[in-house]
Amino acid sequence: MNHIIDILLQHSFFVIALVKCALLLFIILTVLAYLSLFERKVLAHIQSRWGPYRVGPHGLLQPLADGLKFLFKEDPMPAGVDRFVFLLAPFLSLALALTSLAVIPFGPEPLRFTILGHTFVTSLGIVDLNIGLLVLFSITALGVYGVALAGWASNSKYPLLGGLRSSAQMMSYELALTMSVVGVILMAGSFNLREIVTAQEGRMFFGLLPRWNIIAGPFPQLIGFFCYFVAAIAETNRAPFDLPEAESELVAGFNTEYASFKFAMFFMGEYANMITVSCLATIMFFGGWTSPFPATWSFTHFIPSAILALLGIFLLIDGIRYETILGKLVLPGVGTVLCVLSGLLLFFAPVNAYIQGPFWFLSKVFVFIFFYVWMRGTLPRFRYDQLMAIGWKILLPLSIANVLLTSLGILKWGLR
Amino acid sequence: MTPVLIVFFVLAALAVLGAVTLIAARHPIHSALALIVVMVALAGLYLLQGAEFVAAVQIIVYGGAIMVLFVFVIMLLNAGEEERTSVSRIARIAGIPLALALSGFLAAAVLRFSQAAPQAPVAASSTRGLSLLLFREFVFPFELTSFLILVAILGALVLAQREN
Repeated sequence: MNHIIDILLQHSFFVIALVKCALLLFIILTVLAYLSLFERKVLAHIQSRWGPYRVGPHGLLQPLADGLKFLFKEDPMPAGVDRFVFLLAPFLSLALALTSLAVIPFGPEPLRFTILGHTFVTSLGIVDLNIGLLVLFSITALGVYGVALAGWASNSKYPLLGGLRSSAQMMSYELALTMSVVGVILMAGSFNLREIVTAQEGRMFFGLLPRWNIIAGPFPQLIGFFCYFVAAIAETNRAPFDLPEAESELVAGFNTEYASFKFAMFFMGEYANMITVSCLATIMFFGGWTSPFPATWSFTHFIPSAILALLGIFLLIDGIRYETILGKLVLPGVGTVLCVLSGLLLFFAPVNAYIQGPFWFLSKVFVFIFFYVWMRGTLPRFRYDQLMAIGWKILLPLSIANVLLTSLGILKWGLR
Repeated sequence: MTPVLIVFFVLAALAVLGAVTLIAARHPIHSALALIVVMVALAGLYLLQGAEFVAAVQIIVYGGAIMVLFVFVIMLLNAGEEERTSVSRIARIAGIPLALALSGFLAAAVLRFSQAAPQAPVAASSTRGLSLLLFREFVFPFELTSFLILVAILGALVLAQREN
């Protein structure tokens, strides 16, 4: 036993990295499942209806039911498909989408913990690469294969055309995506995501506004953010750019011949891409983990516990009025746990100070994901030729113009 | 057996396996996928040498653009599996011995010259070094290459234009 512990301590770097990967994977897969429920509820409320309501209180067990359904459904393989590529495509899509979450930093301060007398220090975030942004773009570039191969491997006309359309759309918007980020790279001077966030610390304009890339520096990156977000929505095949996918709701699309768990893998990959893109948007344009309030306003440090307490009290009060036993017991129970957590946060000040960074990061990511779902429920989708025209004729020139103007701004006024 | 050596051997084996699959696969799509594996393995080898920017750009450009073009062409042309034809008799007899001889010559040449040559300067390994080299000393070839790409784009435009 001691021998094993010695080996683990000798290679503690790899062991900690493995543990962090497993933890992040577990958290992200749960978040993905509940993101599907979140999307359905928000879409439903936009359309004046309730959404999933019956499976568990407020539909909270719906992702579990969906997951079980996907696992137990029949998994047909059409005749004449290339088996290897047919099985590879959803796996590639999901694996690449999950891998891109490895380079995202979630918080500023490293985590220090002590086990069995040995102290370990790791940063929040799996790796800290000097080319983190480029690695993200390379994974996005490889993500085209999941869709293209899925469409081709289905051995059918409509998936082939849907897959080709979708992959052509992804490739066109990749250009605008990468060009729109160049302004941020110029202002931060590095591809390292942590350095991009730390370059946005501090205040401007008499200490009133945070120095986020979207409003600060020699040239505020408004055009850059607009191009980036639109290109990102098109890149992840979400509404209003989801014509290749919407065809699958009506007639066909690249995932026609995929059923049960492979279909679920495609959609988990799509949600994971959504999360990655939202994380990138907050890191590059909205300051990542920096708080929008000045550091001197220390009462804003109580915002996380305030939100937890409010949510807990609401769940307590709402759960007691439920008719089913599950609602009567589970919801107030969860509410009590949240209230206790919020109280503990107020009690342990170092923990409260530590989670400020991740809290602001996750709230901003949540706002972007809400934006994504909001847009899906509100905007009609583009026709395919309109879609390609926007990508090539509007977004690409705009992003190149953004690069030019940012460089001019930096030349004239210098950084900061 | 340092970790660097282990990673090198893994990546090199992956590249060689990908290259052999590229040749031996019957369906062109499998060959294209094997070539993507080779590109990614090469990017890993560049990363092992410390050329981070080149590794990332290798995946973005080769794996994400050029190979996608290959895959599109194979998909659109609907190329089926290759037929099994009989191999020529000379290839069957002299194929493997000649391949082994070629690898032997290459290995001997590399061993002889690797002991004599000094380490190459690493001015161009970081992104900053690479960009300084590219835009100061090699700016003329850089602009010439952009001319080449412009000629290719013009050719594609002319070919794709509908005849009036």
